[in-house]
Amino acid sequence: MDSSRRRILQLLGISALALTTRPVLDAFAKEQQATGADVIIKEGDKVLKARQWAMVIDTRKLHSEAELEPLIEACHTIHNVPKLLNKNHEIKWLWGTHYHNAFPGKAARFIAEEVEQRPFLVLCNHCENPPCVRACPTKATWKRDNDGIVFMDFHRCIGCRFCMAACPFGARSFNYRDPRPFIQETNKKFPTRMKGVVEKCNFCAERLAVGQIPACVEVSKGALAFGDLYDPKSEVRELIRTHFTIRRKQTLGTEPCVYYIV
Amino acid sequence: MNNKALIVTGVVIFLLIVLFPFWYMRGKAAPPPEVELTPKAKAAQKCVRSTEYMRAEHMQLLDVWRDSVVRESKRIYVNPDGKEFNMSLSNTCLDCHSNKAEFCDRCHNYASVRPYCWSCHIENPKEKT
Repeated sequence: MDSSRRRILQLLGISALALTTRPVLDAFAKEQQATGADVIIKEGDKVLKARQWAMVIDTRKLHSEAELEPLIEACHTIHNVPKLLNKNHEIKWLWGTHYHNAFPGKAARFIAEEVEQRPFLVLCNHCENPPCVRACPTKATWKRDNDGIVFMDFHRCIGCRFCMAACPFGARSFNYRDPRPFIQETNKKFPTRMKGVVEKCNFCAERLAVGQIPACVEVSKGALAFGDLYDPKSEVRELIRTHFTIRRKQTLGTEPCVYYIV
Repeated sequence: MNNKALIVTGVVIFLLIVLFPFWYMRGKAAPPPEVELTPKAKAAQKCVRSTEYMRAEHMQLLDVWRDSVVRESKRIYVNPDGKEFNMSLSNTCLDCHSNKAEFCDRCHNYASVRPYCWSCHIENPKEKT
């Protein structure tokens, strides 16, 4: 028969399909079982909610590097941030910097000496229009719909560092080395990172999920305030309304959510 | 086909090399590993799901947990019995199964799988460093 070769190929194709469909469907079914109808996956009862979390830093209350130290310490300890002495390998979630580094530009040529001397606490601004998110090729970083936090999925980060190039605030650090040997005290409740991923401040999402405010705010003795930017009655909005505040590199249009009272 | 002898010898040598491990290990199947439960895990009696389910599908479960917590910020898992669990490998799974070497590793080594969960997630929340 002339068509026998074609017929055999057709049969082979159909049987291959028949043999492989089942395992594929089974695999999907198993995932269904983990989430299936008799299982509920939900948020905790104590979770703090906001449309967009924001922070107000009263720089008048933080006079020296030594006063920033407990805040940085609190953050870096609970998040297992390693302390690498080599500046090129440094990992920072929250740190202090000089006025001219925090607020570059020509807005103020001559400024109050006292302000110029102050250390400025800087961190990820959780921008409303985050350039890092647009740069990420794997969606390892994204803006959470439910509370506006710019979050990181370390499982998905491939370490391309596009986000670091995109961030105008230098808020992201890359793990050039395995961070574990450089973590002074390990917090067993929070994971570490591995070599080859980018990390940054997460606005203490893991604490917000159990009803706690961010660690730096908690230990700041009132110098830092945290709340919903879109709730007119929130503490941050009250501070923004009653004080003159500035944001870092506002002209870039990323809409940072960290406000500074100067 | 003058090389018949050569080809046959080659095939025989090839088969010998390929089949050597099977012959060498004949009748000596490695015994399946026995996992050890910690007193806490024993006392709890039931894991998040049934033992059979956990044994076969814990990786799917963990995958769903990971995606729910990280990407959907949902952290609570209510199992078919209505019991609530915090979806956390370090703080929930390894809180009971705090003996990674005797529980996780034995099976993983036997099955020759090397999950890299522990390059970030801390092995044993109770262990002192």
